Amino acid sequence: MSLLDLNGVTLKFGGVTAVNNLSMSVNEGEVFALVGPNGAGKSTVFNMISRFYRPVRGKISFDGENLLNHRAHEIANLGIARTFQNIELFERATVLENLLVGRHRHRKSSLPEQMFFMGRVRQEEREHRLAVEEVIEFLDLQAYRDKMIAGLPYGVRKVVELARALATKPRLLLLDEPASGLSVEETQDMRWWIDDIRRQMGITVLMVEHDMGLVSKVCDRVLALADGAKLAEGTPAEVQSHPAVIEAYLGTSAISKTANAKGERV
Amino acid sequence: MRFHFKTSYDHDIRLFPDWYKFSLYAVLLLILLALPWIIDSFYLGEVTNVLIWSVAGLGLMLLTGQTGQVSLGHSAFMALGAYTCVNFMEAGLPFLAAFLLAGVVTGIIGALVAIPALKLHGVYLSIFTLALAILADDFIVILEPWTGGVNGYFAPEIWVFGIEINRWAAPETWYFLTLGTALFVTLIYRNLLRSPLGRAFAAVRDSEISAQAMGVDVARTKTMAFGLSCAFAGLGGALMGLFAGAFNNETFNFLISIQLLMMIIIGGLGFIHGAFLGAIVIAFLPQFLSIATDVLHITVPGLETGVFGMILIAFILFEPMGLYGRWLKMRTWLELFPFARRDMFRRQKSYLKTERLR
Repeated sequence: MSLLDLNGVTLKFGGVTAVNNLSMSVNEGEVFALVGPNGAGKSTVFNMISRFYRPVRGKISFDGENLLNHRAHEIANLGIARTFQNIELFERATVLENLLVGRHRHRKSSLPEQMFFMGRVRQEEREHRLAVEEVIEFLDLQAYRDKMIAGLPYGVRKVVELARALATKPRLLLLDEPASGLSVEETQDMRWWIDDIRRQMGITVLMVEHDMGLVSKVCDRVLALADGAKLAEGTPAEVQSHPAVIEAYLGTSAISKTANAKGERV
Repeated sequence: MRFHFKTSYDHDIRLFPDWYKFSLYAVLLLILLALPWIIDSFYLGEVTNVLIWSVAGLGLMLLTGQTGQVSLGHSAFMALGAYTCVNFMEAGLPFLAAFLLAGVVTGIIGALVAIPALKLHGVYLSIFTLALAILADDFIVILEPWTGGVNGYFAPEIWVFGIEINRWAAPETWYFLTLGTALFVTLIYRNLLRSPLGRAFAAVRDSEISAQAMGVDVARTKTMAFGLSCAFAGLGGALMGLFAGAFNNETFNFLISIQLLMMIIIGGLGFIHGAFLGAIVIAFLPQFLSIATDVLHITVPGLETGVFGMILIAFILFEPMGLYGRWLKMRTWLELFPFARRDMFRRQKSYLKTERLR
């Protein structure tokens, strides 16, 4: 069953068409990757789902709900969480506080209750903390719990961002280049985590990633984009060997070369 | 060095994490309660003044230090608080009710003013709010029936539960009134910081884009920050006007806003302690300078403003975290001695920001 549907989505910045008539659907429980060269429009697709951008044409729906009827801050409440390519953490707060912001959509207390910290707020805070501690344990962040983000190394920040997204208890997780800038070991960890997120937590994952090694290991389906349009869709192996994809990455002459190479081998 | 052995989540949720912290603040409170019997009435008046500045400072701290919105218009909201309080009192309300209502009314009007200001960022917001501060003067003159115009108001008699709050006859009454207000405002501030709204403030300050992605309604959060901040400023303004005894359109001029902003920067942006430390500097520096010039037999026109300016520049250059930040560094150094390293507090470069989305 498809959870997220994009139907003929087009976005233009001035005269530049960033995304052109793109249709795709992500099924519940799968890991889906968007790949493509820089500037292909992958992050733009994410920003449209997050409602930072509004497509000029097309429909985006999540579990039957039209996302275009919602504002950016309402998306989290529908059960969509995301990370950012350039890491957007709250720098002058601790890891714990960052993760607790992820619990924002689960709050129920009113302003006066919070001003005087009444019983319900305390009770809710304990629940938020329990939920956050589960994520901390899942991603092995115990050592950093009370550390300020401003002093953390890049690799840890990346994990904290994933943790913050998980703290919202989403149904769909958007990961914008989860492995960029990570070492080989950290990328391995990320791979197991993505696997576990799908298997144990039952969260659907949509990710943008350049590391084809990671993509082919964790993803069920891959969609290749170039210049804002769909090139190919299918299993990682199918997409990787698709001529249009090779052309977009390596240029036209590359196709004949690969073809020759294949021919020689045969 | 003390170690926190946390045994429950409440350790991080309750007001004081452990008995050590609790006893520190309990001792501080006892000293403050005993203060009228320790120091003479002149200095008691000065401490009252410090507390009044702290209340208004906490207001601006909530907006600027916590939510990252710089306002230069808080003198206008202080004036609004003072005039609403006096008007409610003249309408026959008892002082405490008039005082709290003045805070509420100022907060609501502050939140309404915030709505057009929501689209403004950084320096444009400062300019917008500075314009408010300057306009306030004219509004006070125009609204003469409620404000007394250029002649202003003489503070009416204040009665709280049958006790007259009189600055001259019984300075300790004023002191306890302001101490109570400062504690009340600090408690609310502290409660907000450990609630979802306080974290939403920090989220909006550090990254609006990811605050939105986490489900924080940025516009609503900013409006709340403005409202609460102006409510505190209104309470501070009401106290300041009444404590001065008489006030008119020039009492709350825009220089008060600038002083408030300097105060929270010197004290340490984003810390409750910072508002109090800054208020101590702002309130005692003029006294200190006048004593110094007396001793040295010199007169320097404009000395006070000049010294304030130099202190501010020195803080921005050498200690952007303010007095409280400096104290935190010293405390860490002592706690870790001899293992503290020089660069422990050096800010790491922040990685690329997703500014292009805006």
